Amino acid sequence: MPASVKLRIAGLKKSFGDKLVLDGIDLEVEAGSLLVVIGGSGSGKSVLLKCILGLIEPDAGTIEIDGRDILALPPEQRAVERGKIGMLFQNGALFDSLPVWENVTFGLLAQDRVKRAEAPALAAEFLKQVGLAETVGELSPAELSGGMQKRVALARAIAARPEMLFFDEPTTGLDPIMGAVIDGLIIDCVKRLGSTAVAITHDMASARRIGDAAAMINRGKIIWRGPASALMDSGNAMVDQFTHGRREGPIQMELRK
Amino acid sequence: MNALLDRIARLGRIVIAVLHSVGEVTLFGMAGVSHIFRPPFYGRAFGTAMMNIGFFSLPVVALTAVFTGMVLALQSFTGFSRFSAEGAIANVVVLSVTRELGPVLAGLIVAGRVGAAMAAEIGTMRVTDQIDALSTLSTDPMKYLVAPRLLAGTLSLPLLVVVADILGVMGGYLIAALKLGFNSTTYIARTLDFVQLDDVLSGLAKAAVFGFLIALMGCYQGYNSRGGAQGVGNATTSAVVAASILILAFDYVLTEMFFAR
Ligand SMILES: Nc1ncnc2c1ncn2[C@@H]1O[C@H](COP(=O)(O)OP(=O)(O)OP(=O)(O)O)[C@@H](O)[C@H]1O
Ligand SMILES: [Mg+2]
Repeated sequence: MPASVKLRIAGLKKSFGDKLVLDGIDLEVEAGSLLVVIGGSGSGKSVLLKCILGLIEPDAGTIEIDGRDILALPPEQRAVERGKIGMLFQNGALFDSLPVWENVTFGLLAQDRVKRAEAPALAAEFLKQVGLAETVGELSPAELSGGMQKRVALARAIAARPEMLFFDEPTTGLDPIMGAVIDGLIIDCVKRLGSTAVAITHDMASARRIGDAAAMINRGKIIWRGPASALMDSGNAMVDQFTHGRREGPIQMELRK
Repeated sequence: MNALLDRIARLGRIVIAVLHSVGEVTLFGMAGVSHIFRPPFYGRAFGTAMMNIGFFSLPVVALTAVFTGMVLALQSFTGFSRFSAEGAIANVVVLSVTRELGPVLAGLIVAGRVGAAMAAEIGTMRVTDQIDALSTLSTDPMKYLVAPRLLAGTLSLPLLVVVADILGVMGGYLIAALKLGFNSTTYIARTLDFVQLDDVLSGLAKAAVFGFLIALMGCYQGYNSRGGAQGVGNATTSAVVAASILILAFDYVLTEMFFAR
């Protein structure tokens, strides 16, 4: 019996002004699996995630979670659904007016799942998981390095143990060892908590480590789908060029014209 | 003929654009206000906003009020002595300060100080995805960011104006008693005699409206800012300009409402 589909996207379109960014995206993510999305800079990967989160209103298409079309839900219901998705934003998006510990436990505090007095201690545990010392909790985000901010943002995204997790370039800006640690953490979340995840990445090593399935997006369309293990020898000219980082190939040809 | 039609079309587009923005701001304001009354309430955010708008604006509002009162006394003395009406200085000072200058000057100063800071803070949160992050963490940004600021603006500006009223009158008194040689007991007696609760209250009501407008423009411009640091800069400027113009316009409208009988 095939695994159930947690997230199904069909015909998703979005333009900003006359710039077409998403041009009919079709995607499925199986429950409990991790889909890696690759694609060139500016190809619309972040916009795709924001559409699913309801932060950007798509022009056309459907987004189903557990078989329910979330675009058709009333706003309050959508806010509830959004609360079930953890998101690591590309630039971290930490609240710079709050200390790190409050950032990490923000979602839990908002849902009354932890008392304010107990939050710093709980935050320290999450920080330890992402390789940060307890003392970091008292700092403000502006006092952290870029990589540390990323890890705090990751801790914040997974703190509420959401049903679904989106990672927008989780390992960019981290050293290779920390990148591997974060990959392990992501795998752990997905496998142990049973979350379903979508990760955008430019890091092929990481993509093969964490991904079950993979998809490549180019010019607003999904041009390839397959198992993440097949990324490096997909047989698709565009994917090959991308994953091997070749300057010559079909993608550059498209840019030239 | 065509040129004329073109011009009419262009005018129409401008009118539509203006109405569109007014509508958007109104809807934004109504949404923000409705969140003030619906839980959850963010007491901490409200407290911070009160401190930022009210408490930290005290020094600059106080200084402005004192100097305005002083200038007012000096100017009315030179003007009124031509008609030998120097005795009316106390009345002029207390009336202008409580009805007009207290709320308007405090409003304009707070617009520059706080409106700009609000637009910059919320605008930065917008362009760095922090507002999006709030909504993925079970928090409505309108409730968490906008509602507390609107409420704090509306409540704290009247408090500032109470201080401004007192200090403005005191500034006038200082000049009258120390420089212009008025008898200080008589001056104070005249002031107390002349000051009316209605005048003070109308000034405070104006202040509440101005405070709301300042917070509304700061939040709206910040919330809708786009395009990195430059976008945030533009939002900041727009917030201050829009709030200042609205303060002056509403000052007229409210004065009509209160005193035109
Ligand atoms: N709010 C917006 N308004 C206008 N244009 C936008 C907006 N958000 C994204 N875009 C445009 O959509 C396109 C896709 O952006 P997106 O952030 O999804 O790229 P990406 O695939 O995530 O790239 P990267 O790998 O560099 O993060 C870009 O050309 C961008 O300019
Ligand atoms: Mg991106």
